Formats: sequence, structure tokens, C-alpha cells
Amino acid sequence: MNLFTDAVIAALILTNLRLIASSRISACIYAVACQGVLLGVLPLLVGPQHLTVRACALSAATVMLKGFFFPWLLLRALRSVSVRREMEPLVGYTLSLIIGAVLLATAMWFGRQLPLPVPARSPMVLPLAMFTIMVGLFAIVSRRKALTQVLGYLVMENGIYAFGLAFALSEPSLVELGILLDAFMAVFVMGITIFHISREFDHMDTDRLSALRD
Amino acid sequence: MLIVLSAIGLLVFSGLISFLCGRCSRAANLIGAGGAISGSLAGFFRAVQILCAGTAEHFHLVWDVPYGSLSFRIDALAALFLVPIFLVCALSGLYGLGYMKPWSGRKNLGAYWFFFNGLAASMAMVVIAANGVLFLICWEVMALCSFFLVTFEHEERSVQRAGWIYLAATHIGTAFIIVLFLMFGRVCGSLDFNAFLAARGHLGSAADILFVLAVIGFGAKAGFVPFHIWLPEAHPAAPSPVSAVMSGVMIKTGIYGIVRTLTFLGAPHIWWGWLLVAIGLVSGIPGVLMALAQHDLKRLLAYHSVENIGIIALGLGLGVLGIALKMPALAVLGFGGGLLHVVNHALFKGLLFMGAGSVQHGAGTREIDLLGGLVKRMPWTGATFLIGAVAICGLPPLNGFVSEFLIYMGGFHALGGQSSIAAGALLIIGLALIGGLAAACFTKAFGVVFLGEPRSSHGANSHEAGWSMRIAMSLLAAGCVGIGFFSPWVVSPVAHAVESVSGLSHVVVQGLLAPASSALLQIAVISALCALGVIVLSLLRGRMLSGRISSTEGTWDCGYLRPSEKMQYTASSFAQPLTAMFEPILRIKTHQPSFLIKEESGCDSHGSGPFFPGGAAFESHSEDFFLKSVYGPIFMAIQRLALRLRFLQAGRVQFYILYIALTLFVLLIWCLR
Repeated sequence: MNLFTDAVIAALILTNLRLIASSRISACIYAVACQGVLLGVLPLLVGPQHLTVRACALSAATVMLKGFFFPWLLLRALRSVSVRREMEPLVGYTLSLIIGAVLLATAMWFGRQLPLPVPARSPMVLPLAMFTIMVGLFAIVSRRKALTQVLGYLVMENGIYAFGLAFALSEPSLVELGILLDAFMAVFVMGITIFHISREFDHMDTDRLSALRD
Repeated sequence: MLIVLSAIGLLVFSGLISFLCGRCSRAANLIGAGGAISGSLAGFFRAVQILCAGTAEHFHLVWDVPYGSLSFRIDALAALFLVPIFLVCALSGLYGLGYMKPWSGRKNLGAYWFFFNGLAASMAMVVIAANGVLFLICWEVMALCSFFLVTFEHEERSVQRAGWIYLAATHIGTAFIIVLFLMFGRVCGSLDFNAFLAARGHLGSAADILFVLAVIGFGAKAGFVPFHIWLPEAHPAAPSPVSAVMSGVMIKTGIYGIVRTLTFLGAPHIWWGWLLVAIGLVSGIPGVLMALAQHDLKRLLAYHSVENIGIIALGLGLGVLGIALKMPALAVLGFGGGLLHVVNHALFKGLLFMGAGSVQHGAGTREIDLLGGLVKRMPWTGATFLIGAVAICGLPPLNGFVSEFLIYMGGFHALGGQSSIAAGALLIIGLALIGGLAAACFTKAFGVVFLGEPRSSHGANSHEAGWSMRIAMSLLAAGCVGIGFFSPWVVSPVAHAVESVSGLSHVVVQGLLAPASSALLQIAVISALCALGVIVLSLLRGRMLSGRISSTEGTWDCGYLRPSEKMQYTASSFAQPLTAMFEPILRIKTHQPSFLIKEESGCDSHGSGPFFPGGAAFESHSEDFFLKSVYGPIFMAIQRLALRLRFLQAGRVQFYILYIALTLFVLLIWCLR
């Protein structure tokens, strides 16, 4: 059981690295979809021993939303804006991987240092959560395309979700549902924004928005 | 207490309703003004009751803002400030009903009344708030409401400039006040004023710092020199009823803040009194001198506000000296004169700003040198302006005299003490100089604007103000005359406020004010007799002239056949002997293109060559020393520094997120280290 959990967590870390190392946006979307499915399964592994219908339903909803619905929305947006690759990111892919490794080490350190109100279910969940949040932020900062930034936002949200998992007490699902709803709305709004940006400016580079400053 | 709170509620509510029907200007104007008048009048009568009774009322509710509570307290001191606030707001509301009418349709009057009523309500709240957080919130609402009122005509560049100067000045002041309350909170453990009062006398050396913070913070609102620079910018820019409220009462909330802080600080040190006396002199004399050099009627009045705030500071300084030196008579006369001058200045400055507004309304300009002869076309405005002008010069029998008389008496009393003799001498000389210069200044203002003949088409085509403006001005003029003639009875309610400031008992204060009251009674009787004499003489003149033909003839006209309006004194030429005397302070810049045609240019074709002068122009203006030489360089330096940080403002979303992420990251590492 424990081995299986660790394997899932390792896979999640790999999806994070895949996100920042890939130049093809569709590959990034698949990586995030993969991450969503794995995260949806994770509560069943690290959660309470007995499986309840409620836990299964929540898990299934998470998998559906994070693993299938969001990626589907983003793939649709991708098709409509005719962009395939993240060209000329602000930080190169090799450097991104190195920074990813540094962030992973920092996240491990955080996981050890961070004082928790209750002991975590699994020692690896907290570093994973921190790492996912940092990777999300990094993706937002270092990429130009609005779509990649939306992905970064989604990954950050995944990190927060994992952080909640780390010490899920009695009723964590309520909080998580709230976050999920937030993310859902955000992706929705961002999808519309991307569409509008690309229509107005014939591209979806967010850094070209700087032409709008005074 | 509930009456005052519901009056404030009525003000806010009517402002909101007026805002909601902003598109329909007529309704917005009526509802806004109606709410302002009725709410303020209800509050006014209750405040007068409380002031006369000398009681205190409390109201307390729990509030879930950190360190905040909905505590209100109306004591005699608060009531003394509430009386002018509500009175001037009610009359400015009435005045605004007529004054704002030309804007209906062009501007959103709903927004105007929303902010006007909000300003009235927030000023009242500032005075009755008894909690630091509540006070600061009301203070900020007051500053913002007045900012939006100042920038009512925001399309004009000069108004925008005035608005920014005002906003910067008021927030610099607020910064000091926030520090003041935080320090109080640290010492007392709570931000309730009751806790401040309980800690009185245990402040130690912190009291000195607190006093300085209060003088700077509240002084910026009151308009002490050198924090006065926003007054001559903001008052002319604002619509006239707003100028009347801002100059008449809003700047007094700064005085209230200083006096209220004094009650928390316990026994004052001697140097506090000296500081206030010095501020009074430094504000009063340059204030009136700068006023003398102005060409804009409302700017002139704004500088007179600086001068009168100086007189109030002189009174307060004398009071503080009196307490520090254990001379109760000095304390009572100083505080009494200063606080009464708060009320008096509200009345006559409100009246004068309304008169200036009526001139602008009727003649279309505020430039003194373009006006003239208005008293024939605007008799009501002229008469009430004259009353205000006499009152502000501190001439008997009007109200300005009463408060200045109390301060003078304090000054003479100070001459009797060992260590206060210098203060007394400085105060008497300073006050006399201020009074004389003010009289010269208002002779100029009234004489040039209202007497003589019109100097331009502006003056010639002027018309009298509407009924609502006339009523408002007449009521304020009646107030000025009334306080002047009934001064002995006005002094006793002020005594209640003096008690709460000076900490002396009722009997002592009344006893010490008795000589002043009896002197005022004599003056009032003599004045009444003189007034009676004037009335009898004018009746007699009317009788003797009835049945005879009286006609107007040209006066001796310097050899010219037709005296023209150009022969009159202009405002600048009238003031020139005085402004020349004080040239080092005023730094008047003149622009005088040489107008005599040069000899060698020879005769032109018309034969009017070298011997006749061509067209001539002369222009003079006085720049505010502090604005140009102190604040200008400081703000330029700040701007240069700020421009160096501009590289941070890359305009890329990614960078902004990076800043946030890095900050959080560094903080997290710093916490876990």
C-alpha cells in the first residue's frame, strides 16, 4: 500500500517536471491531465483506511474535472488559437529543469521544516504539495503563452489540493470542493480571456500586453 | 445623543437618496439640500442644548473591527465644535440650493450633495467619536468627501492641481495622526478615549512626542504655517458653499484634535504653550500679509483663514501657558478666547466665502481688480459682506471682537506674571499687528469690490443672488451681530468647554470669566447706544431730506472732463504701501514691460511718436514662499527617487507575479530558517 502511494507521488513529481520541460503545449496539457487523475486517486490511498461511497464519489468528481474536463476545455482553446508550441519562453527548458530540481530540493527542505498542527498522513505528501505549488508559480512566471499560464495556475491549484490532503482531518472535502469550484471558474474565465486576447491581438503572448502600459 | 446620531443618519441617508436620483438634477438638489438643512438643524439645536447644560453624554456599542468600538461622547467641548459645524452646514446647504442651480443638467448634483452631506456627517462624527479607530475612519471619510467636493469642477487644470495638493497635504497630516493614536494605544493598551483619559499623567516623556505629533498632524488640517499651503489652493477651487464649510468649520476639526489631545496628555509643559504661541504668530502675521497681496477674492479669504487659525493658536497657547504656569486666569481667558474664536470664525468666514461666491455667481469673476461698485447692484451681498468684514477685523461690536478681546485680556494678564511677561507682550503686539493688517486688507477687499464704479463689464453686468443665498448670508450676518451684542451671555456656555479643557471647576472658571463678562457687558451697552444713535441719525436724515430734491453730481475730477473708472485705486495700488513694507516676506514678482517708446524710433506715420506713451501693462503676483522654496524642492527630490525605481514597473504580468512569488518565498524561508 505504502509503496503504491509513493509510486503515485513520484509519478506526480514527474508530471510536474514534464510540464516545465516540454515545449509542446498539448504535451503540457496531457501532463496536467495525468496529474489530475493521479491527484484524484491519491485521497483514496492516503485517506482513511475504509473506503466510503462519499470518498469514492468525491474522488471520481475530481478525476473527471481535473483529469478530463479541464484538459478538454484547454485542448479546445488550443485548437481555436492555432498555437502548438511555447516558443522562446522567458526561461529556457534546460534551465527550467535545473530550477525544477532546485525547487524540488527546497520543497523537501520545507517539508521537513514546516511545523504542522497534525502529523501528515504520508511524509512525502507535503513536499509534493509545496513542489507542485512552486512549479505552478514558476510556469506562470516563466512562460509567455496565456495557455501555459493557465496550466501553471491549474498546477498551483493542484498543489493546494495536495496540501489539503496532507493533513485532511475530519471534513476536508468541503474546503476542497470550494477550491475546485474556484479553479473551475478561473479556467472558464481564462479560457474566454485567451480567446479574446488572441482575437484582439492575433496572438496570445501575454508579454505583448505590455504594449498597453502607459 | 440619539438626536445627534439620527441627525447624522439623516444627513447620510439624504445624501444617498440624492445620489441615487443624480440624473434628475432638480430632485437631487432639493433632496440633498433638504436633508443637509433638516439634519444639520436637528443636530444644531441639540448641540446648543448640551453646550448650555454643560453635561456629557455617552454611547457605546461593540464593533468587531480590531481595537475599534462604536463609542461616542458629547461633552461641552464636542458640543462647542458641533454648534458651528451644524450651523454652517445647514446654512451652506441652504446657500448651495441656489448656488448649485446653474450646474443642474451639466453636472451630477446628486454626487455633489452625496459628498456634501457626507462631509457634514463625517465632521460631526469626528467631533463625537471616542475611539481611535472610529476617529481615524471618520477623519479619512471627511478628507475624501472634501477632496471630491474640491474637485467638483475637475475639468479645469487648476482645480486638479488644487485637488492633488489638498489630498497630499491631508494624508501627510493623517500619517502623523495614525502614529499618534498608535503611540497612545501602545501606552494605554486600548484605543478608546476613556483609556487615554485613564492613562493621563502616566505618559512620562512620551507626552512631548505625542504633543508634537498632534500639532503636526492636526495642524496640517487646521492650516498652521508651514502646513497651510493647501488652503489657498483648495478653497478657491471648491464651489463656494464648500469653501464656506471647509474654511469655516472643517479646518476647525484640526483645532479640535489638538485640544482633545491636550485633554489626554495631562499637565502640559511650558514649552508646549510657547510652541503654540509661536505657531500662532508665525501663522497669523504672514497669513494676513499674504492675504494683502492676493488678487483673487477667495484666495484672499483663504489666507485669512490661516491668519484666524493663528489667532486661535495664540489663544490656545496662552491657555496652555496658563495651566503650565499655574495661572488659572490666563488659562481660562486663553482657552475661552481661542474656543470662542472657533465659533466666531466659522460664522464670519462662512459668511465671507458665501459673499465671495455670490460675487462670483453674480459677476462671473473673482478677480478683485475686475470688479467694483457691486454694492449698488448686489445690496444684500454687499451689506452682509461688510458685516463679515468688520467682524473678521475684530472691530466692536461684532463677534470677532469678543473672542479677540478675551485673548487680549489674557495677554494683559500675562504681563502681570513673572515668566509669562514675554508671551503677553508678543501676543499683544502680534494680535494688534494682525488686527491692523486685517483691517487694511478688508478695506481693500470691500472697497475695491463693492464701492466705486465697475472696472470691467463683469462688475457692470452683475446681478443679486437668489433668495436662498440671501437668506443664508443674512442669517450668518445676524449671528455675527448677535454674538457681538449678546457677548456676556455667550461667554458662559463657552465656559463649560473651557472647564473640560483646563480641568478647572465650574465655579473657578465662571469666577475668572466674570471680569471679562462685565467688561463685555459695558462694551455691548455702549455699542448698542451707538447703534441706536446711528439709527436715530439716519431716521432724522431721512426726515430732513424728505420733500427735498437730492441729486448726484460728478466730484472734482482732476481736470478731466469725464472721470473714468480707471482713475480708481486698484486693489494692488491700495495695498502697495503695506506690501512694499513687507517685501522680504511677500517676495512680490512684478512684470512691467517698458511702455515708453524709445526716442530713436522716431515719429511714425500718424505723428504720435516718441512723445506719447503706447499701451501699458503691469502685473504683480506674490508666490507662497513655502510652496515654492520648501515643498517644491522636497517633492521634486521624491519624484526623482521614485523615477529610479521605475525599472521595477516592467509592464509584464510575469514580472509582477514573480515579485509576489519571490516575496512569499523569501518570507517562508525566513520563517522556517
